[in-house]
Amino acid sequence: MTLVAPVPVQVVDRRSARAFVDTHVVPYADEYDRIGRVPEDLLRHAAAAGLWAPFLSPESGGAGMDLVTLGEVHEEVGRGCSSLRSLLTVHTMVAWSVQRWGTPEQLDRWASELSGGETLGAFCLSEPGAGSDTSAIATTAVEGGGGWVINGVKKWTTGGQRADLFLVFARTAASIGAFLVPRSTPGVRVTPIDDMLGTRASMLAEVSFDDVVLGPDALLGPSSGFTAGMVLTGTLDLGRYSVAAGSVGIIQACLDASVAYAAHRRVGGRPLSELPLIQAKLSDMVTDARAARLLLAEAGRLKDAGDAGTIMATWIAKYFASTAAVRHAAEAVQIHGANGCSPDYPVARFYRDAKVMEIIEGSNEIQRITIAGQAEREMTR
Amino acid sequence: MSHLTAQEQILDFVRGRYPQAEIDATQDIFALGFVNSLFAMELVMYVEKTFDVTIPNEELRIDNFRTATAMAELVARLSPTVAAA
Repeated sequence: MTLVAPVPVQVVDRRSARAFVDTHVVPYADEYDRIGRVPEDLLRHAAAAGLWAPFLSPESGGAGMDLVTLGEVHEEVGRGCSSLRSLLTVHTMVAWSVQRWGTPEQLDRWASELSGGETLGAFCLSEPGAGSDTSAIATTAVEGGGGWVINGVKKWTTGGQRADLFLVFARTAASIGAFLVPRSTPGVRVTPIDDMLGTRASMLAEVSFDDVVLGPDALLGPSSGFTAGMVLTGTLDLGRYSVAAGSVGIIQACLDASVAYAAHRRVGGRPLSELPLIQAKLSDMVTDARAARLLLAEAGRLKDAGDAGTIMATWIAKYFASTAAVRHAAEAVQIHGANGCSPDYPVARFYRDAKVMEIIEGSNEIQRITIAGQAEREMTR
Repeated sequence: MSHLTAQEQILDFVRGRYPQAEIDATQDIFALGFVNSLFAMELVMYVEKTFDVTIPNEELRIDNFRTATAMAELVARLSPTVAAA
């Protein structure tokens, strides 16, 4: 079976991203979900289209894409396939971190390969006993012999089965450090995690580090507790932004599928679309898609302006978009009836993928605590 | 252009984020116990955007961000225009 279309489209904005996704992703995404992986050909096509890290500077091989546009591109990819969008998300987190915090030597070593997709990145934070609670991280990085030795196990690593470069967060003597660890380093072991609820083609893995010896240049960012937290916060912020974008894409995909289905499916001699309860569901999808898109654009605009308000704006965009995606994916399945529960329509995949969005890059419970804390501060000013 | 000094602007920003605390320009905000990495990131972004400076990695030390005075001194080092104002 053919799993990819042959000729890539160069992605520079929403319009070209949409063309790429409609040609190269939408027709095949259900099959990727079934086989549990995104094929190498599509990864190469994404590279040829300039999708992996277009926000990197031209000196680093990127296109200098602004983050508003990046959000639009990730929305379009998320509309087609949340697994591919998840791979873009973690790669974006690694590439952005190298650009933001890397030394000139680290940029020379990695930026061009990350930009072109020759090296794919993955983000290693969660562990068997530590998710959003980073204080529970047990992976260690011990300084010695002019470098570092890493030991520990990371879990739920999106793209881990395929990634070439891991951004690993590990406990140091002072706090938590971020380390660039090539997959080929002796002591790195990758174990696939299959049969997840959603984003089933995102090639999740458990990645273990057994006496992994690294040079001093593996540490990303200055070696101080103050900046280590910022590397993590900044990286997660961008990941959250991408997940918010992907969630907007899921809402749009639910709307597109539901409108098409309701137009041709007939009940009692009338199209489903004429039933008021169906119309109510569709109108809520339209409204939330627009609202989520605006929240995302606001977060992106603040990022492009270097405004500190982007961090809270991104929390809000991700919270709104992911919860709306879950709601509307459930309604999309409902509109499709038994067909929605079958592999013959994509809405079952949207439903499973949407749930993941409420958990990754900070669970919705953590988001609500953070957003409520901000509201309380604003009230007491 | 704000008529406030860099130190006053930074202090306003910190007080705005933690209105329950009484903070002066020489107070170690990290010693107060409620500063987290999210706020540290916001602080760096605020300083860079407000004073149009880029803080290099070697200046990203906690001592440069402990007090409003220390942050204002950092800004002065990175931006001669602000220092002269």
